[in-house]
Amino acid sequence: MVNMNEFTRLLNQVVERFLFVEHAAHPHTRRVDRGAVRDAAWRRTADAIVVALRLLIVLTVITGVLYPLAITAVAQLAFPVQANGSLVTANQSLVGSSLIGQANQAPLYFWPRPSAVDYMAGSAPDALGSSGATNFGPTNATLAALVREREAAFRSANALAAEVAVPPDMLFASGSGLDPHISPEAARLQIARVAQARGLEPAALAALVEQSVEPPQLGFLGKPHVNVLKLNLALDGLQ
Amino acid sequence: MSALEMLQVLCYFVLLVACTPLLGSYMAKVYSGESRWLGPIERWIYVWGGVKPDTEMGWKGYAFALLAFNLLGFVVLLLLQLLQDLLPLNPAQLPAVEPLLAFNTATSFVTNTNWQSYGGETTLSYLTQMVGLTVQNFVSAATGMGVVLALTRGLTRRSAATIGNFWVDLVRSTLYVLLPLSVLLALILTSQGVVQNLNAYAQATTLVGRPQLLPQGPAASQIAIKQLGTNGGGFFSTNSAHPYENPTPLTNFLEMFALLLIPAALTYTYGKLVGSARQGWAIFAAMLLIFVFGFGIMLWSEMSLNPATGAATNLEGKEVRFGVVNSVLWGAATTAASNGSVNAMQASFSPLTGGVAILFMMLGEVIFGGVGAGLYGMLMFVILTVFIAGLLVGRTPEYLGKKIEAREIKMALLTILLPGAAILSFSALAAVTPAALASRTNLGPHGLSEILYAFASGAGNNGSAFAGLNTNTPFYNLLVGLAMWLGRFGVILPALAIAGSMASKKVAPPSSGTFPTDGPLFTLLLMAVVVAVGALTFFPALTLGPLVEHLLMQSGRVF
Repeated sequence: MVNMNEFTRLLNQVVERFLFVEHAAHPHTRRVDRGAVRDAAWRRTADAIVVALRLLIVLTVITGVLYPLAITAVAQLAFPVQANGSLVTANQSLVGSSLIGQANQAPLYFWPRPSAVDYMAGSAPDALGSSGATNFGPTNATLAALVREREAAFRSANALAAEVAVPPDMLFASGSGLDPHISPEAARLQIARVAQARGLEPAALAALVEQSVEPPQLGFLGKPHVNVLKLNLALDGLQ
Repeated sequence: MSALEMLQVLCYFVLLVACTPLLGSYMAKVYSGESRWLGPIERWIYVWGGVKPDTEMGWKGYAFALLAFNLLGFVVLLLLQLLQDLLPLNPAQLPAVEPLLAFNTATSFVTNTNWQSYGGETTLSYLTQMVGLTVQNFVSAATGMGVVLALTRGLTRRSAATIGNFWVDLVRSTLYVLLPLSVLLALILTSQGVVQNLNAYAQATTLVGRPQLLPQGPAASQIAIKQLGTNGGGFFSTNSAHPYENPTPLTNFLEMFALLLIPAALTYTYGKLVGSARQGWAIFAAMLLIFVFGFGIMLWSEMSLNPATGAATNLEGKEVRFGVVNSVLWGAATTAASNGSVNAMQASFSPLTGGVAILFMMLGEVIFGGVGAGLYGMLMFVILTVFIAGLLVGRTPEYLGKKIEAREIKMALLTILLPGAAILSFSALAAVTPAALASRTNLGPHGLSEILYAFASGAGNNGSAFAGLNTNTPFYNLLVGLAMWLGRFGVILPALAIAGSMASKKVAPPSSGTFPTDGPLFTLLLMAVVVAVGALTFFPALTLGPLVEHLLMQSGRVF
């Protein structure tokens, strides 16, 4: 059974010790009225909690409401396409986002990188997908087997000669599972296959691929890459 | 590494060194009261918050205010998650967050860890993200800045009883530093394609006719402060690897730069506030040199052949638009700076790349470290270094003219031992608990690295992960949560105690026997102490994880 008086006394001691001691130690308060000290300490504690609560509310309004809403307003006015997900429509229907890769293994198209989450391709409309990676480490047996499997699959699908190396982006899954890009080399190696499936001249396709290569940004940032969805839409536009 | 990639890396470091005095002197002006360009708003906040800005606090009062504010923030964030299904701004109709996950997430955002047991687009409503996470991104960073300011005052004031006013430090850090930089960065990010809206998720039908639900939300505003405040908790599950969170090489460069900017600049601010910019540069140099050295090892290891997969270029967990070099530079910066955001999966890095990342966190997050947290953590090592230097020459150790005595050394050691003890003991516990071991994705030594990474990240308030480890389980949600509390307040409270005891001391003029703390010799000694303490504490554990894995990988072993 806890004695309430004992408990109150202890609590008072803690408050006195932790909140008021620095002022009690001050030279001109050598003779201390303990009751006054305690009351002052309690008052200061209560004050601090009230300020903490009020300031939390004020800062929440500023950083959690005004700030994101102001950025949203400016973004919607200045960059409406980018702020709304860089969505792409074709024939009046939403086909995706130029920033988000799509699962696509159809012979008629260029293929994206392997993905741990199948590019959030839902089994049904409104199925909530998530970005995600395999998180396989460098000595993971499953990863080693997958790399060999993907190498063989890409090689045979695109009828590559033995001395042609499969680019690493086609062997490894991305971090987001939504990588919209492949390397220019990976796109070039798929030209023959797509051309054959579509009955097109490989040279025409090669020109399209070269046009699609995005160089390093500002001349030096990042790696050259090809946006697979944009390339495939351009491909559909050819016919 | 191509010439362009070298140019990028060089650009990164030159810009960092150049911006340190620029932002650093601005912050010094804000904190010394010279710069008051947002004065009317500041005063308005004080009135509404009930703050008396001229009242000073002793270290206990400061600590109490800090704890009260952070605990209240914790409770609010907890409630937001538990009630999000009943609250507005939840267009994806996400259910309430499960209680242990909510505890873990609230802890992690209040402690500036921002660990992601949650999944972003599949777990948290827009309201929780904005009013909960975004707010804590700001105020937990501002809390860290407050502690470093209090410590600075403790070191510079003479025979004083007080170390400043927590409310004022909190408000000024948020209003003058974090908010303007965030506005700027958020707008640049959104111009590049980072989403910023309150729309419902967009339902697309892909080229081959499959449904794809595209998540939306107010992401840019949160990602800006997530990087600047060394928070790191992603708006989306895969953080800055997600194209909506980090769409282009330019956003990548800016986000990566933003995460080191304030911790680096604070060293200069510190130098200004203690009256000698050289004191700040000496600390900055120690941080930069360890960082560059570690980054070099990470890059070399990541670009070496992996005999286990036979691949010379490892793109597992990496995005094509960034490539290997940008992924490793980010990986180094985010673990050194206690940021914890990722643009590539840390778990899929080569063993030594991941190993150095773990070591950066184990060193106590003092290589730049968190906003404020890195510097006050480093100042604990500075005190230890001065003490060791004093022992070597047999004189009473002094720092900035003040005697370092038993009490300060005890407190400084506490800040170093507490996180270390949490990392090693919790990892050991996980390694013998079947439920904890079942969370691993990778077996063999990499599995141990996953566990070590989790607790180093929690105790270091970093927040990045070897995400193969499924940490959304009761075991990890609780223990990593505990490690976060220990790693945050187990360092803040002793640091404030040191601020209090140092403030009350007199200043003695420097004599011929005073060890100068603003030169290259001190920088070297400081680096040696940081590395030696880290190595002695963690080398055995790291040997069993990354080192063994590296050696086994060379012989082509897989698990």
